[in-house]
Amino acid sequence: MSNRMEVSRRTFLQASLAAGGGLLLGFELGPAAHAEAASAASDTGFEPNAWLSIADDGTVTVRVASSEMGQGVMTAIPMLVAEELDANWKHVRAEFAPVDPAYTNPRLRSQATGGSTAVRGFWTSVREAGAAAREMLLAAAAQTWAVDVGECRTDAGKVVHTASGRSLEYGALVATAAVQPLPELLFLKDPTEFTLVGQSLPRLDTPAKTDGSAVFGQDVRLPGMLTATVLRCPVFGGKLRRFDAQAAKRIAGVREVLQISSGIAVVADGFWPANLGRDALSVEWDEGPGAELDDDIIRNQFRGAVTGGRVVRNDGDAEAMLAAAADALKAVYEVPFLAHACMEPMNATADVRKDGCDIWAPTQGQTATQQTAMKLTGLPAEKVRVHTTFLGGGFGRRSEVDFIADAVEISIAVGRPVKVIWTREDDIQHDFYRPATYNELAAVLGKNGLPQAWIHRIAGPSILARRFPDRVRDAADFTNIEGAANIPYAIPNVRVSYAMVNPGVPVGFWRSVGSSQNAFITECFLDELAAAAGKDPVEYRRALLVGHPRHENVLELAARKSGWGSPLPPGRYRGIAVAESFASFVAQVAEVSVDAQQGIRVHRVVCAVDCGVTVNPGIIEAQMESGIVYGLTAALKGQITIDRGRVRQSNFNDYPMLTIAEMPSVEVHILPSREDPGGVGEPGTPPIAPAVANAVFAATGRPVRRLPVRL
Amino acid sequence: MVSLIVNGESRKLDIEPSTPLLWALRDALALTGTKYGCGIALCGACTVLVEGQPARACVTPVSSVAGKRITTIEGLSRTGGHAVQRAWVAEDVPQCGFCQSGQILSAVALLERNPDPTDADINAAMSVVLCRCGTYQRIRRAIRVAAADKAAAERS
Repeated sequence: MSNRMEVSRRTFLQASLAAGGGLLLGFELGPAAHAEAASAASDTGFEPNAWLSIADDGTVTVRVASSEMGQGVMTAIPMLVAEELDANWKHVRAEFAPVDPAYTNPRLRSQATGGSTAVRGFWTSVREAGAAAREMLLAAAAQTWAVDVGECRTDAGKVVHTASGRSLEYGALVATAAVQPLPELLFLKDPTEFTLVGQSLPRLDTPAKTDGSAVFGQDVRLPGMLTATVLRCPVFGGKLRRFDAQAAKRIAGVREVLQISSGIAVVADGFWPANLGRDALSVEWDEGPGAELDDDIIRNQFRGAVTGGRVVRNDGDAEAMLAAAADALKAVYEVPFLAHACMEPMNATADVRKDGCDIWAPTQGQTATQQTAMKLTGLPAEKVRVHTTFLGGGFGRRSEVDFIADAVEISIAVGRPVKVIWTREDDIQHDFYRPATYNELAAVLGKNGLPQAWIHRIAGPSILARRFPDRVRDAADFTNIEGAANIPYAIPNVRVSYAMVNPGVPVGFWRSVGSSQNAFITECFLDELAAAAGKDPVEYRRALLVGHPRHENVLELAARKSGWGSPLPPGRYRGIAVAESFASFVAQVAEVSVDAQQGIRVHRVVCAVDCGVTVNPGIIEAQMESGIVYGLTAALKGQITIDRGRVRQSNFNDYPMLTIAEMPSVEVHILPSREDPGGVGEPGTPPIAPAVANAVFAATGRPVRRLPVRL
Repeated sequence: MVSLIVNGESRKLDIEPSTPLLWALRDALALTGTKYGCGIALCGACTVLVEGQPARACVTPVSSVAGKRITTIEGLSRTGGHAVQRAWVAEDVPQCGFCQSGQILSAVALLERNPDPTDADINAAMSVVLCRCGTYQRIRRAIRVAAADKAAAERS
């Protein structure tokens, strides 16, 4: 225990004996969560309303506050609890936590999942919950055996009396443990003592995701439930003028047609009649001034504003160097709007009654969901319960609440439980898009070929201006400049500016947010500088990464594992990029071939990641693969375009996804680290577009300055 | 009235004959393992087996499969023990999991007609099922594991 970290007892830790005789330990829960827990109580168990509960059969149930959208949080958080609890992993189960302030992610100040913060946000608190339970189980066993607690130890779900060899399973100790005083001090393991954390344990949700039993939002079924679809104005900002529902109402199974905030809802016995009813609506929209908007107008707005942005980083005097330089390098980089295209289109189910409201939703924002329903129903927080389902992808899209509002409004109107299902077309055309941006880059190289000045002027729409206006500081939105203002390279004069231009296309958080475009822009421009200096891209970065060992280490590892500099088969080229995002460091090398007929093919990606302490290497690998595929789809195919105020694309025919046939072989190498955990869900995405684009640059000699990559 | 044979059971449905099989399964029969992803046969999330062949339930009128044997993910095995499901668990394939019913049923059909598929065979058969989480690499591995598993079972 000597090297264990001592943490003071937290006032919010509580223990109690539950009805069925189990140990309940966790943060104090508010009334809504207690109500839900009571309804879920079984005869043999106890109220499963805390971070952790142990049943008398030894089953450990961990309540996961974050949403499971594929990133593996439903396995990672239980691993952290089980590690400090010294649980038998075979006895560990996971379930979704209810909505309650107790489950607030401290990094987000909300019960929400985003910004790759789940493990980072709960890293300490859930381990403390496990450690406290363990102390109480130890005390319970010592009391049972009438021995000193110091003579006992825990081991994989049981307490052992070292001298006598006697042991008791946790399940047999829960009643005694529950009446033990809370430990005055908690001891957290040193990472060198971890036995579960650091192992590639299989995901707890895999069985349910291979036999059809996992319940996604789309799968929620309630007695008396109706299904709705909503027809929205295709033009952003447009309004309903009038509609005729006669034909829709004649369709068998259609129950009601009504107007809600977002459009016209057709409510029916199932999705299919609702969808037919929607097709049969006759509608007149007031498209408003937004109907004029198109890509050219947006681009001109960006171009007109780009030089007048707010300066967000200003080292030295880059502008003066640029003005004085005869041979500055200049380039314009552009990225398009992107839709999230979660495999599960948006949906939510609401049951609004006079006495309360229940919402079942694949949501990344339990607090926001609850608040949306409170506003629409007038009910207090304790009457609004949120039941989180599995999410068929999230990527930031499900941090929004538009689909929640649809379900709540319709349920209020029809007085029954209602599931609203968006079509794929709705999902693509009514998203909150990854911002398109327009970027002017300029650099001045010194005699040694290394940049002496770097200027990056960004123009584009702000996510925070809509979502969190109070977090916009002096017209600067940190999400637009992440990955740009913090470039790690040793350049004496750096000037980065951001001009906020909001043309009226809704924008939102998209996997890796600002870094998703800024890594492309900065890492590709850096390759342009390296080429101008006649330097190898890896050498060039190495020379500039002074004082940034974590960047440098992933760069070196990716370069080495990819065989950087070694001969390739004819027609193949490599590109490299490195990016820090969400406190993790990732470098990727892409091997690409370019062919006039076959286009761009990515054959192999080598990925090196330093994400601090590793909780589950198998999941980290999967998340790197996932981030790469998500970013590769964007780099090679992704583009939302605007015409007459509406989105041109509508489904996978015109907003295509990467297929298995296009999947490169991906190798992930994790750097061992004892740093605090970094994010894992998003950091795999930023480097892939620039790695591929830099390989294409190497192949063609022409820099790639726009996405998607075109030859 | 439309009669279907779903997962070995005869089911009679009072349903509009043009209704896509997907919604008959999900809304009328409560078999929600088959997913709606695009509605126009482009993503494969709704893949089921009709007489052993993969079919896109979202564009298959229920009347067109009357009397035919339909297998959904729920009917593939009683306990998730089909060789392909076991391989999926062994390789820890799913992430969000939404597309996996379609992936698994497509892989089942592939291995039925081609017990030892090459990478090209896998690409050709599986490119019609999209995965936004990027589980493709593990899908490839799992298909190979399932193929080896089936081959070993047949030898013994």
